[in-house]
Amino acid sequence: MTPPFVMLLTMGVLFACGAYLMLDRSLTRVLLGFLLFGNGANILIVLTGGRAGRPPITDGKDLSTDGMSDPLPHALVLTAIVITFAMTAFLLALIYRSWRLVRRENIDDDLEDIRVAVTKGRGSQEEAGTGVDQEDTEFGDEAENPVPGAPDVDRDGTPAERDSALDHEAALDDEAEPAHAAGGADGPAPEPGAAPEPGVGRDSDSASGSQERGESL
Amino acid sequence: MSIAALVPLPVVLPLLGAGFTLLFAGRVRLQNAVTVGTLTAVLAIGIVLLVGVDSGGTQVVAVGGWQLPFGIALVVDRLSALMLVVSTIVTLGVLLYAVGQEMADTSRETPVSVFNPAYLILCAGVANAFIAGDLFNLYVGFEMLLAASYVLLTLGATADRIRVGATYIVISLVSSLVFLVAIALVYAATGTVNMAQLSQRLDQLPADVQLILHIALLLGFGIKAAVFPLSFWLPDSYPTAPAPVTAVFAGLLTKVGIYAIIRTETVIFIASNLRVPLLVVAGLTMIVGILGAIAQTEIKRMLSFTLVSHIGYLLFGVAMGTVAGLAAALFYTVHHIIVQTALFLAVGLVEQRAGTTSTRRLGGLALLSPLLAVLFFVPGLNFSGIPPFSGFIGKVALFQAGAEGGDWLNYALIAAGALTSLLTLYVIGRTWNLAFWRDPDQVEEPTPELVDEMAHLRESRSRQQALRRRAEKHAGEQGRPVPEAPIASAIDTVPQQAAPARLPLTMVLPTAAMVAVSVALTVFAGPLWALSTRAAENLHNPGAYAEQVLGPDAVEAPDNGSGQVIEDAQRGGSDG
Repeated sequence: MTPPFVMLLTMGVLFACGAYLMLDRSLTRVLLGFLLFGNGANILIVLTGGRAGRPPITDGKDLSTDGMSDPLPHALVLTAIVITFAMTAFLLALIYRSWRLVRRENIDDDLEDIRVAVTKGRGSQEEAGTGVDQEDTEFGDEAENPVPGAPDVDRDGTPAERDSALDHEAALDDEAEPAHAAGGADGPAPEPGAAPEPGVGRDSDSASGSQERGESL
Repeated sequence: MSIAALVPLPVVLPLLGAGFTLLFAGRVRLQNAVTVGTLTAVLAIGIVLLVGVDSGGTQVVAVGGWQLPFGIALVVDRLSALMLVVSTIVTLGVLLYAVGQEMADTSRETPVSVFNPAYLILCAGVANAFIAGDLFNLYVGFEMLLAASYVLLTLGATADRIRVGATYIVISLVSSLVFLVAIALVYAATGTVNMAQLSQRLDQLPADVQLILHIALLLGFGIKAAVFPLSFWLPDSYPTAPAPVTAVFAGLLTKVGIYAIIRTETVIFIASNLRVPLLVVAGLTMIVGILGAIAQTEIKRMLSFTLVSHIGYLLFGVAMGTVAGLAAALFYTVHHIIVQTALFLAVGLVEQRAGTTSTRRLGGLALLSPLLAVLFFVPGLNFSGIPPFSGFIGKVALFQAGAEGGDWLNYALIAAGALTSLLTLYVIGRTWNLAFWRDPDQVEEPTPELVDEMAHLRESRSRQQALRRRAEKHAGEQGRPVPEAPIASAIDTVPQQAAPARLPLTMVLPTAAMVAVSVALTVFAGPLWALSTRAAENLHNPGAYAEQVLGPDAVEAPDNGSGQVIEDAQRGGSDG
């Protein structure tokens, strides 16, 4: 049995895109990556069932691989789809909760790792995986006092919108700001950092940091 | 009634119980009663199964009455039954501890109504993984326990738990996807997911295909079992959860991964042998894990690193592939599940008592609470492998099995194991010295509670001494021996200012019970070792496994080409 080339290609592309997206720090992208990767796996399972177009239930006359399609992979893939669906729902809830709590949904470095690295060795912050924004990983602080122009804003494709939501004062004071931001997000591929950011003027360090990281994506 | 009828119950009962506890949401006492009752019943069933399987042989149930290679098989052999009993002991003990904590905590930070159902589903998932007779059912078991563990880990959904929960969940999802892809590949290559059939068909495949499938499966299980290069998620995510959740995760979840690896190595892939890479990985797991533990100041994180490190011992035993090695690995698994859980429960008590688990903030706990000190010290010694405890017996058995194999790699692993054991002793000893033994004045960042309590203790001591001195002086003048009773009563009248926090008995008792079980492992090491050896002999004879599951006449002719096998399977699949 040779599986159809188009399906194989689709599967490969799904796996590749899924794996790539799952490497991101943004949980939303991880979720999308998980969905793509899961669907790649589902296609793989379906492909094991034999060629397309054969009936799964037959009258029993032709039980060879030409006469019927293997029903077991279809049962397996149904289970897998249901499980993926449940996990997606949970992950979405988690992302929403994270967003409600701290206005961001990135996967952060482990605080204790950073602490151990800082106390035990000299100049080992880089080793702990903390770059410029080591202070930003303090979740509690951010919950109370969201950082204007936090570095994750333009990594999800909706840069200025999130930025304005981050900055309570800007959103409250300037009603035109969200509309402006939405206009920026409508563009086909918003240049990271190019969209008008209220945070740029105030915190040039973190803005430039985010720009660098945005371009490296 | 044959005991085979009991086989599905360890999965069905907790699921039913979870449904009932959901119905009783908000009525905490009723929920707790249902959960405790369910797990007690599962424990009883597990013991009956263990005894029955040990004497009467492997029990096989075809779910729904579908003829066996095609239906879902539930298989309980000695290994499954043993793991079922041990895991239920742990889940029951931890549940009682959690109930005790719930009753002790006046301020409830977590929505308790979701704890019981999630916990029961976790138990059902663990049991399902242990009794699964086919790979896909194993996957479903994993997903059940993982989904429940996501809920338990993010209980209360505080910012910290969401942060670590995200890491844990993403890693677990990736491991599940890898597992799923591996299952699909295995099915594509062999046309079956039944483990008994796989053990017959996989060795007819070309060696490189076998290797790919083998590695794909091991990758999925390796993430779950926290084997070295795939273990970095564990110390980040476990310590933030509530103490009972951490205890049950540390005790059980990684061991389910180890169980899956044992099945993979012994039943599924017989011909494909990854002994050398597995041994290397086992050694690295031990060493890297324990080095991580040395750097920690949080006791919970330190224990999480030692957990990773001791997974290496289990993998060492499995990788050797001999009966002695497997038996030692099984014995060590049982020991490790119980002792690791007991240690985490004891640390939960430390947190309850002192408000922190950082060794930079703790000191003098042995003085403040001798009972707590004993509850930490005994499993600590056991864990470090001090004779005569079961940790020592397990390690000796592992090293003996390694020395029987006799090549340099085994000896290197034995050296790594001995070094890890010493470093574990160092880590546990240091924790003991810092948190329990040292003078509270030397604490770097003492908590206010600790300072108050020590001051209070000192004051009552100095008063006690002053009273005693006065009494001695008085007695000396009178020329009489010092009476004891009046002094005691005088001490009792010392005004109790700021009554110190006491350990709730409802939490101490389950911890003490778990410590007692860990000591019992030492006392009953002989029967347990005999049982592990019998289970290992079972595992070492995969032909017998296939015969028991599929029936004696189902053993396939070995000269089939692989293509022929697939066609057979697909033709057979239509019959079912």
